[in-house]
Amino acid sequence: MVVSLNHYLVLSAILFSIGVAGVLTRKNAIIIFASIELMMNAVNLAFVAFARHWGDPGGQIFVFFVVAVAAAEVAVGLAIIVVLFRQKETVNIDRVNLMKW
Amino acid sequence: MLETIILLAKIWAVLLTLVSLAGLMTWVERKESAIMQDRLGANRADILGFRVIGLFQVMADGLKMFFKEDFVPPTGHRLLHTLGPILAFFPALVTFAVIPFGSTLYLGSLVIPLQIAQLNIGILYLLVFGSFSFYGVVLAGWSSNNKYSMLGGLRAAAQLISYEVCLGTSLVGILMIYGTLQLNVIVDHQNQLLFGFLPAWGIFLQPLGFLLFLPAAMAETKRVPFDLPEGESEIIGYYTEYSGLKFGLFYFAEFMEILVVSALIATLFFGGYHLPWLYEEGFHFPWGGAWDLPNVVVAMIRLATFFVKIAFFAWLQVLIRWTLPRFRYDQMMRLCWKGILPLAVLNILVTGLILLLVNR
Amino acid sequence: METAFFLLFSALTIFCALMVILQKNPLASVLFLVMTLFWLAALFVLLSAPFIAAIQVIIYAGAIMVLFLFVLMLLNLKAIEEGVKPALKVTGVAVALILLVVAAVVLRSVPIPANTGFSRSAAELGSVESIGQMLFSVYLLPFEIASFLLLAGIIGAIVLAKKDRKP
Repeated sequence: MVVSLNHYLVLSAILFSIGVAGVLTRKNAIIIFASIELMMNAVNLAFVAFARHWGDPGGQIFVFFVVAVAAAEVAVGLAIIVVLFRQKETVNIDRVNLMKW
Repeated sequence: MLETIILLAKIWAVLLTLVSLAGLMTWVERKESAIMQDRLGANRADILGFRVIGLFQVMADGLKMFFKEDFVPPTGHRLLHTLGPILAFFPALVTFAVIPFGSTLYLGSLVIPLQIAQLNIGILYLLVFGSFSFYGVVLAGWSSNNKYSMLGGLRAAAQLISYEVCLGTSLVGILMIYGTLQLNVIVDHQNQLLFGFLPAWGIFLQPLGFLLFLPAAMAETKRVPFDLPEGESEIIGYYTEYSGLKFGLFYFAEFMEILVVSALIATLFFGGYHLPWLYEEGFHFPWGGAWDLPNVVVAMIRLATFFVKIAFFAWLQVLIRWTLPRFRYDQMMRLCWKGILPLAVLNILVTGLILLLVNR
Repeated sequence: METAFFLLFSALTIFCALMVILQKNPLASVLFLVMTLFWLAALFVLLSAPFIAAIQVIIYAGAIMVLFLFVLMLLNLKAIEEGVKPALKVTGVAVALILLVVAAVVLRSVPIPANTGFSRSAAELGSVESIGQMLFSVYLLPFEIASFLLLAGIIGAIVLAKKDRKP
């Protein structure tokens, strides 16, 4: 068996699906957040695999940007969770229904 | 096949040297503290009456650790409690893979670079495993299920993260000058001469960079004056709940980190294994005159040079540790974010400006 | 050799990723995520992208996951009673599986164009030099915008997490 682009893409798809399942089935905000990171990394893997397939570092540079965006996103997202916990004493997203009436 | 054997031999030699040197550091630490405090120091451990300037103390320490009870707090997390010291120890062990400890050795048709891995990403590899030491400390603090341990772990987390930023930025200047991340190339650049006589060591090109790197690197080793995570005399830190060999592993990791930091200082700022005016063929003195030496002798001299440099900087760090008192926590954080970091950014700007003017 | 490493790393990645979403305790979940990221970095090295692998570990494992751990410890979060209805669980997993099937179908039916011309050697592709050159020429504007995004992230985090000072 020779490892080809498709193998990496399948692996990436599996990781992405695991992330989706995590977001849909869990209620703990932190774990949902972790699942989102999982999805981002699945995409990163696809980017790097394509970069090698086409011999173009552009895909790797995209990963660089994805990581930068993830860093900013996590900083703000975790700050929101901290504030949420101070207000509600929970990180269960079912108990956070401020926008519902 | 032969290459694999040579590689394994290099790994084995480096690990053995590193571990024995780290063991020796416990003795250096005891002796240095004794000298600073006007005591005789470790001189009681003996075998059949022989004391050998207290060197047996190393063995006695090891044996003592070995026979102590390995205690895990009943409410703590058993697996993570064991994983903590391992995660603290492992990064210090593997970082030496990219540090060149000697020049290329030519044995007949064999070409052996005295460096385990010549990676393209060089210094980044060091930072990768530098960021891993964080997990050991924090998991140790958390898994002990003890408020004080956890607070110590949190203090360590904040300190390590902050100073890693400083560590990275203080190195950018040197990377700009040498234009590479590969440590062996950086070291080779430092064998050129400035003004015809001065070796082009990093310290002469980046004096500010060195002054910023030293405290940042020392903070990463978590020793006095930056020992707030541990706080052995009063604040109680992340390894309060550790005993026996696990505790020993934390201490051992600390000594290994000292060695890694000294090797890094020597490699980046003090010419690595290069002795001034010693080239592949032998000495070429700036005042004229040369002294030809065979390749093997040159390689041996360079290896010895590197060891002397490591020993010197390890000694310097122990000296600093026994000279200075501890920082207060806010002072430490202020030093990082309001002292080192702005200066490091300034250093980058000035270095870039000078490089632009010189290369024009 | 590469095949063996690929199989090993991908199996470990999938296992750790599954553990991320199956663990009750958020701390264990986050630690498994760190391990997932580490194995992914190993895969990046296989894909001749050592620089990206290093970035992955330094920034993701060394900074982002540290933030996760820091928040977990700060809030002292233990496993919470999630009370997920079984129907929701089944639906969630079904959606994920459907997504996987769609991805597989797309992968089978859409041909990926072969490598056309501008190839580089594997060593050159992921090297710091080639990435740096592209980052500071072709992708200079996105790079600058990313720095603004990070600045906004910093300010946002501080504003949000700062406690209100009572006058």
